[in-house]
Amino acid sequence: MTRFLLPLAAFVLLAVVLAIGIRHSPEKGVIASPLLGKPAPQFALPSLTDPAQQVRSTDLKGHWYLFNVWGTWCGGCREEHETLLQVHHAGVVPIIGLDWKDDDTQALGWLTQLGNPYQSVATDHSGREAIEWGVYGAPETFLVNPQGIVVYKHIGALTTDTWTREILPRVSATAGGSS
Amino acid sequence: MLPELGHFALILALLLAGLQAFFGIAGPAFARERWSNAVTFAVAGQAVMVATAAACLITSFVNEDFSVAYVAENSNSALPLFYRVAAMWGAHEGSLLLWILLLAGWTVAVALGSGRLPPRFAARVLGVLGVVSFGFLLFTLATSNPFLRLDPPAPDGRDLNPILQDPGLAVHPPILYTGYVGFSVAFAFACAAMLEGKLDQNWARWTRPWTTSAWAFLTCGIALGSFWAYYELGWGGFWFWDPVENASFMPWLVGTALVHSLAVTDKRGLFKSWTLLLAILAFSLSLLGTFLVRSGVLVSVHSFAADPTRGIFILAFLIIMIGGALALYAWRAPLLRSSAGFELGARESFLLFNNVLLVIAAATVFAGTLAPLISDALKLGTLSVGPPYFNPTFMVSMLPLMALLAVGIHANWKRGRLKDSERMLLLTLLAAAVLGCGFAYGLYSHASVLTPVGLTLGVWIVLSSLLDPIDRWRRGLTLPRAVLGMTVAHCGLALAVFALTTVQSFTLERDVALAPGGTATVGSYEFRFGGVKPVQGPNYDAVAGSVTVTRHGAPVAVMSPQKRSYWVQHQVTSETAIRVDHGNNVLLALGEDLGAGRWSIRIQIRPLVSLVWIAAFIMAVGGALAASDRRYRTARALESAPVEGAAGQPG
Repeated sequence: MTRFLLPLAAFVLLAVVLAIGIRHSPEKGVIASPLLGKPAPQFALPSLTDPAQQVRSTDLKGHWYLFNVWGTWCGGCREEHETLLQVHHAGVVPIIGLDWKDDDTQALGWLTQLGNPYQSVATDHSGREAIEWGVYGAPETFLVNPQGIVVYKHIGALTTDTWTREILPRVSATAGGSS
Repeated sequence: MLPELGHFALILALLLAGLQAFFGIAGPAFARERWSNAVTFAVAGQAVMVATAAACLITSFVNEDFSVAYVAENSNSALPLFYRVAAMWGAHEGSLLLWILLLAGWTVAVALGSGRLPPRFAARVLGVLGVVSFGFLLFTLATSNPFLRLDPPAPDGRDLNPILQDPGLAVHPPILYTGYVGFSVAFAFACAAMLEGKLDQNWARWTRPWTTSAWAFLTCGIALGSFWAYYELGWGGFWFWDPVENASFMPWLVGTALVHSLAVTDKRGLFKSWTLLLAILAFSLSLLGTFLVRSGVLVSVHSFAADPTRGIFILAFLIIMIGGALALYAWRAPLLRSSAGFELGARESFLLFNNVLLVIAAATVFAGTLAPLISDALKLGTLSVGPPYFNPTFMVSMLPLMALLAVGIHANWKRGRLKDSERMLLLTLLAAAVLGCGFAYGLYSHASVLTPVGLTLGVWIVLSSLLDPIDRWRRGLTLPRAVLGMTVAHCGLALAVFALTTVQSFTLERDVALAPGGTATVGSYEFRFGGVKPVQGPNYDAVAGSVTVTRHGAPVAVMSPQKRSYWVQHQVTSETAIRVDHGNNVLLALGEDLGAGRWSIRIQIRPLVSLVWIAAFIMAVGGALAASDRRYRTARALESAPVEGAAGQPG
């Protein structure tokens, strides 16, 4: 008898997890990041374009920046690329890329072919840095303020809508209204 | 006026679905024959109402009625007619209506085909389908009404997502959903059997064609989705292990297991409670897929609309449907006894392994898809998985499954002797190994360890599957549709294994920057760039490149990849140019304008990738053939000779 109850028990467990999953996703429909309002992780990672160089969080202190997690294997990243280029051309806030679990040659090819919206790109072959940032899946974009605090996180492909409605107002509110 | 009519039709459909559920379940329970008889009227009425609602929504799209919010958000006056129709299922609300429409279609099919079912049982099946439909209609009306009006009406629409403006969109979702929704029939049969407290071999025989048809549709739908992603997302991948893809793949894996376990229940009266569980599971995963895609709990490329309040509703619905079915299972399944035994090498054991491996595969995909959610819920921090997780773990269960398949189809029911076919199996394995290794190392010089293994397995399954049909043909015996369908489906699977191995091992890819007149060489192909020129579409501007492709100096084609900029959403999409040549898919995608007439271009040569989709189509054809076997339409009681060793006295 008990073995016939097992599927039900497993399902109840799953339902609880899903319920918590929903409660964790606030009105915007994203998984809440434990990093929101907290300092962004410190990092010093090899640069994609020049592995001898490092991309360091300390160099970014005092400036707003977008931290964008991507990979050439990710469909959403291809989708958001045009938006990133637009953001880059707007010149309001620099984008730091984290090339996540990717092949360097392919990643460089991607940037040559599609255009490079990043101020600099750090590589994360092992996926450790992404874990530091609590990344669920690529693409994800974090907005970090001059004090190094994560103020906004977007999961999934970035759209011009999110850029104008969520990111730009936050940056210009303190940076003195550049748009 | 039309939107209000559609809305009203949906409300009536909800009431009729409620009646259908009530009469179908309460009628047999209280032995009220007239209640049971009323079910078919409710089914017919509901189908008419749902069809009316769908027709109203499509008409609003065709007439460009931008006072309807859903139309305004997903269409535009510049959108061609074809996409205005397909835009109906371009976003959440319309997709749901499509879901409901297809469910009504399946329900009508079951009602029409239920003539040979015992009336009480048929009423229960329709009743359970009524519950499912009721839930979805309530969900639509409460949270996702496609007929909401805008006041004032929008001057023009916000346009259909450009990525979805593609012929693939028109056919992919309806076929995929037909598969998804089709598993509700197997689910309803399972619930009806549990309500009856009785499950015999006839039950399995009735359930088989419905399950196999749903499986065939799902196979087609997944393949179309993969094909669409390949040429529309613009950078040449065909499977991303994205949550939405996984959501369709998990029911497929469990559905495949169900198709096989139903065979055992049909032939031998075994695996009864297991088959029930799989039927519940296959449909639950379809529902869970809807939950994952629509709730915003997991975010993916494909989830165009996500909303947690909907998520809460779907979760409640999931708990009632799946929890209810599993509670019923815990209560009723212990009553079902399978008395017959079988030996280790018998076909039953092979099918048992098939089931175990398929369920393990589904579980690994499930774990990978939900890992972020579970670790987040348990506050373990967020954990990330992607192709680096899925590819190897999936292989672990798939490789043994392929080897077991080649052997298992020659095993006898009940008795574990393979002696008669042992020699032939070894011979075919040898031939397959020679062909597989020859292909791996001969045609392509470089290969990893897994390449010859995959190729050999592919060839072996084809050879092994053909042994029995050839033998029958030589002895002048006829081939029943079911056996033919099985053989075709297995050959399709083998082709898929072969093609996937080739694609994974031998894809060539390069990104080049070319000025007009510049050339690049990839593999045995040479590409000469002829510059770009502007093109105008109905609702977009584009630049089209021109690339002359030659192979060893012989002309192949002039290919023209495009970059489009859609007017309304200002989204840029890449239209790849694809050419099939000598079994290779040559894919070109236009990248960035590098200035001075130079452009970056992605060149990708994937050998045999078309075969992956053709293989899936062959599998679906196999399923359709098997489902159409006349054996399933005759009641077992009328057959003179029962199947060998049938255990006769179930439940």
